[in-house]
Amino acid sequence: MNQLERLEQSFAQESVPFFEIGDTVRVSVKVIETKSSGKKTEEEKERIQVFEGVVIARKGKSVSERFTVRKISFGVGVERIFPIHSPSIAGIEVVRKGKVRRAKLYYLRTKKGKAAKVPEREFTRTPKASAAKATAPATQAAVEKTEDVEATPKS
Amino acid sequence: MISGLMGKKLGMIQIFDERRRLLPVTVVEAGPCGVAQVKTVKKDGYEVAQIGFQEIAEKKLNKAELGHLRAGKSKLWKHLREFSILGKCQVGDLFGVDIFSEGEDVFVQGTSKGKGFQGVMKRHNYAGGPATHGSMFHRAPGSIGNASYPSRVWKNKALPGQMGSKRITVQGLRVVAVRPEENLLFISGSVPGSIGSLVVINKLQKEQ
Repeated sequence: MNQLERLEQSFAQESVPFFEIGDTVRVSVKVIETKSSGKKTEEEKERIQVFEGVVIARKGKSVSERFTVRKISFGVGVERIFPIHSPSIAGIEVVRKGKVRRAKLYYLRTKKGKAAKVPEREFTRTPKASAAKATAPATQAAVEKTEDVEATPKS
Repeated sequence: MISGLMGKKLGMIQIFDERRRLLPVTVVEAGPCGVAQVKTVKKDGYEVAQIGFQEIAEKKLNKAELGHLRAGKSKLWKHLREFSILGKCQVGDLFGVDIFSEGEDVFVQGTSKGKGFQGVMKRHNYAGGPATHGSMFHRAPGSIGNASYPSRVWKNKALPGQMGSKRITVQGLRVVAVRPEENLLFISGSVPGSIGSLVVINKLQKEQ
């Protein structure tokens, strides 16, 4: 890991929940609402919004890693791309494990009904090599976490 | 205090800002920079501090450079640049990235990446001609002037030539984060030059 990668990692979240392509996840996103009630006093309020769907892609690495979640909302396909390390993400919860054979599930976009469903994986694969990849930089970041944390933008 | 620092461009990364947006930043290893000479109105006609960056072995400097630095009893520096003085400073003073604060507006100067001898399409955004249909006119500049008047080519006419590898100033940049213990500055956006090249970061001085 060179100096630049190490620096970038120091801005990443300490730990990122483990999930894989094809999993159905529930992403909690912090949303800031500005309310202007009557008089011009603008009030900033934070609340949690939930987006639930199938992870169809993971792209990038380190702080800039992002994942795409797809769901069908009122018959319309909706996709949202989240940066994995974003401070706006309050949590990622795996609802259902998916059984898939490729890294990008873009084929789901052209499918409808049952064909657009990802089969569930019964046995839960122990997070081995791929999981170590996901958590290792995170733990490393925790070790490196010294006085620099004040530079890390947190909520 | 001085108006800026010299530094080495380390490259670009992305970080999250306070509004939780992913922001592209350039990491610059800046300072510590030492004062090599203080120029005064009385002696030199203008007031400025000559600042050095990157300490260097004696054998890597020539006699003229050595003599200049030794005269002021300064450390031996690889790069020298002039910065205006804000407040007090004397020869031997060291300045680090802590002269910058987070959120401060800066402008950065550097030497852009060299592109070599380039034609008008790449260098001056000329449109060129059609690639096909037997046009026989592809990347050439076309007409460069008129006949009877002026019957010469105007000065500053954009023509092929050396592109890049020249001093570029980028304004409107912002210091996003400062890490004094590692001499690091995180500057929003991109900064001219290749990785490892010398850049000069200047404070934005408001007119008084």
